Amino acid sequence: MTRDAGREADSGGGRDTGAAVLSVEGLTVIGRPSDVEIISGVSITVARGTILGLVGESGSGKTTLGLSLLAHCKRATEISAGRVEVAGKDLASLSERGVRELRGRAVAYIPQSPASALNPALRLRTQLREALHDASLSAADAQARVREVLGEVALPDDDGFLARYPHQLSGGQQQRVAIAMAFVGRPDVIVLDEPTTGLDVTTQAHVLETIRRMTRDYGTAGVYISHDMAVVADLADEIAVMYRGEVVERGRTDRVLADPRHSYTRRLLTAVPLLRTTGHEEGGEPEGEPLLRVAGLDAGYGRTRVLDGIDVSVHRGECVALLGESGSGKTTLSRSVAGLHRQYTGEVVFDGSPLAAGSYRRTAEQRRRVQYVFQNPYEALNPRRRVRDQILGPYRHLVGRPRDPGAVVAEALERAALSASYADRYPEQLSGGERQRVCIARAVATRPDLLICDEITSALDVSVQAEIVKLLRGLQDEGMALLFVTHNIALVSNIAQRVAVLHRGVIVEQGPVGRVMSAPEHEYTRALIADTPDFELSFAGAPERLGMAAQDRPVTGA
Amino acid sequence: MSAPVNAGVEPVTVVPRGRGAGLFRTAWGFGRTKVGAALTGLIVLIAVVGPFVAPYTPTEFVARPFETGVDGTLFGGDNRGRDVLTRFLWGGWTLLLLAGASAAIGVAAGTVVGVVAGYRRGWLDDVLMRVGDVLLAFPQLIAALLVMSIVGPKVWLIVAVIAVSHMPRVARVIREATRKVVEQDYVKAAEAVGLPRWRIMAVEILPNVTSPLLVELGLRLTYSIGVVAVLGFLGMGLQPPTADWGLMINENRQGMAVQPWAVALPVAAIAVLTIGANLITDGLSRAAIGIDRGVEK
Repeated sequence: MTRDAGREADSGGGRDTGAAVLSVEGLTVIGRPSDVEIISGVSITVARGTILGLVGESGSGKTTLGLSLLAHCKRATEISAGRVEVAGKDLASLSERGVRELRGRAVAYIPQSPASALNPALRLRTQLREALHDASLSAADAQARVREVLGEVALPDDDGFLARYPHQLSGGQQQRVAIAMAFVGRPDVIVLDEPTTGLDVTTQAHVLETIRRMTRDYGTAGVYISHDMAVVADLADEIAVMYRGEVVERGRTDRVLADPRHSYTRRLLTAVPLLRTTGHEEGGEPEGEPLLRVAGLDAGYGRTRVLDGIDVSVHRGECVALLGESGSGKTTLSRSVAGLHRQYTGEVVFDGSPLAAGSYRRTAEQRRRVQYVFQNPYEALNPRRRVRDQILGPYRHLVGRPRDPGAVVAEALERAALSASYADRYPEQLSGGERQRVCIARAVATRPDLLICDEITSALDVSVQAEIVKLLRGLQDEGMALLFVTHNIALVSNIAQRVAVLHRGVIVEQGPVGRVMSAPEHEYTRALIADTPDFELSFAGAPERLGMAAQDRPVTGA
Repeated sequence: MSAPVNAGVEPVTVVPRGRGAGLFRTAWGFGRTKVGAALTGLIVLIAVVGPFVAPYTPTEFVARPFETGVDGTLFGGDNRGRDVLTRFLWGGWTLLLLAGASAAIGVAAGTVVGVVAGYRRGWLDDVLMRVGDVLLAFPQLIAALLVMSIVGPKVWLIVAVIAVSHMPRVARVIREATRKVVEQDYVKAAEAVGLPRWRIMAVEILPNVTSPLLVELGLRLTYSIGVVAVLGFLGMGLQPPTADWGLMINENRQGMAVQPWAVALPVAAIAVLTIGANLITDGLSRAAIGIDRGVEK
């Protein structure tokens, strides 16, 4: 590692843990042409071998800050003030060439989506070697270094694996390759932009463990960007909370968790759903004829079987959670119930009468009574129609032409906790949380009996998620039954009465939430509970955290 | 879309956050769009207002063939001694009308085919697109010449042939755009509600493919202008003694050395029109893909 020695010489420091290798002072980034300050006057320092957690909701400027550490600005933005120093070098003083040499060598970046970070046309061997950025190494040395790093991220390092293409790997493996690519050149600073957002909790736990170990071993300063306080609390040594382009609070992780000083930090902390393993009401099996009964359902796409012998039932006014990781078939199940997926066999009985496969073969009344809310609110609303028309569309079709359309829209919006003035807006004028509320308003406008929620909070910030959950609980209190599909076990423990755990197309465990959380029978459920990042809160007023069930908990988020 | 008027509800007090500028407004922000609009506007103005301000009728003899510098004429006489300026002023609207009509019909038909093929998929998609492929195999101009020489040069036929040749090209683009939209959940939401398929296509899909649609319309208009002008030049378009730019170029090209105006004016007009339409299209497509969009509050 000749290059390393050189860099250490001019950084003057060496790789001792504790020396600040990254320091940002008064950094301001503005957007053109409106001169909006995207981040304003941000100062952070990170020492070798430690990880700084950069937490904030979407739009708070955390990615912009992360990219500026690589001397990169998104289109139409520029750094207008402040300085960024990496290993003693001021990034502003670097030439184009200097910046190129900096990236990947001194500062490495791991993006949110590993699938888009890896070049689908290149074999892993080629990509990893490119990431080494060192022409002076012999082929054998480079190969050895690549294998060494692959071993460190717990991936196989044989030739067969190196000859693979990215699409031949799972999401977790792809992300670990991305980590390997970042670490292979022994960077001083590594920027991680929500690298585990798209991963399952069990995979996430492994990836986080890898990241933590690698930064320690390499003496690399890590900047971990996330909106999820639970992940950061687990991982980071220090936390910086960003809000509207400013760092509102900075401190050691235990201090921030124990004694948050800024009200926004407190809001963020209270918004994280806590995994509740105890304290659930004793809920027995509900009695009587269920509203929805799914029995012996097999479903698939073409010849691929996705679901196998599913039995689930939802009673009136009950919230049943369908818990599973990506690929477990939970969306296929919910879409089959909603009539969006037709390739299934088995029985789906709604209120005593069977539901046909495919929404077009169901009666209007059945379609009215079963409504579906989609995962991604950014895709679920027609961008060319006003909120009013989006809500009235299904209503007119399923219920009939209303005498007072304004009242129908206003009432639906009100049930989704939005004011009637939203009716005239277009989706692009709404935030993610507001969009999801509009989706909910559209679904509840027809007064359904069963609302299917397909991961409806996964695209939203944690603080917004808390509000949506509160909203759903209100709807449930009005007598609506919910089929709540999610991968988030902590959320399940806070909203559902009963839970069905789906693993590879089979329900491995089913029962009242209290029983499943406190005494899980299946090892998969136990693994889920163990791998979910969690933290304890001890600051004054923290018990509210547990009280997500309490109706009077303070409104969080904007 | 008839937005219901709710008289009973109080007026909206919240000022909505500014809606992102529409495609046209974004496109207007580019200098090229403005230049394109000015150029196109100039030619359209000449074509529309021309017949009313022309000093003579288009078939009136005012000079000897290819004579220049005649009193009372600005650009002299053409191959038969008719006033060049008058024929130039009269000759534009036919071209614009034919090009406009064929582009509009072709794009409309192509859009319908594209949306249906993209949304319904399956055998319908295959049939529509393979028929389109067959049509695509004929070069636009050759196909037009072939049909013209068999049936004879008729105005409706010019429009029909050009429109049909546009259709598969537009259908391809719109089909791709449709397939992207169909993946979006709002289409699935409409399906879950059981909205009729034609309404889903008209209300949910069509408004969301307008960006490529407008770009395609501009592009097809440019091509139509070219094809109509070439057909006129080849004698397969409008027939003499109609005043038509394409025809004018053909009629007067022998005398180009002594009377350049009779060729130069229609050539310049067609060139300016094509460039103008292209610039507008370019502006629209830039706006559609979001090039050069800054950060706005």
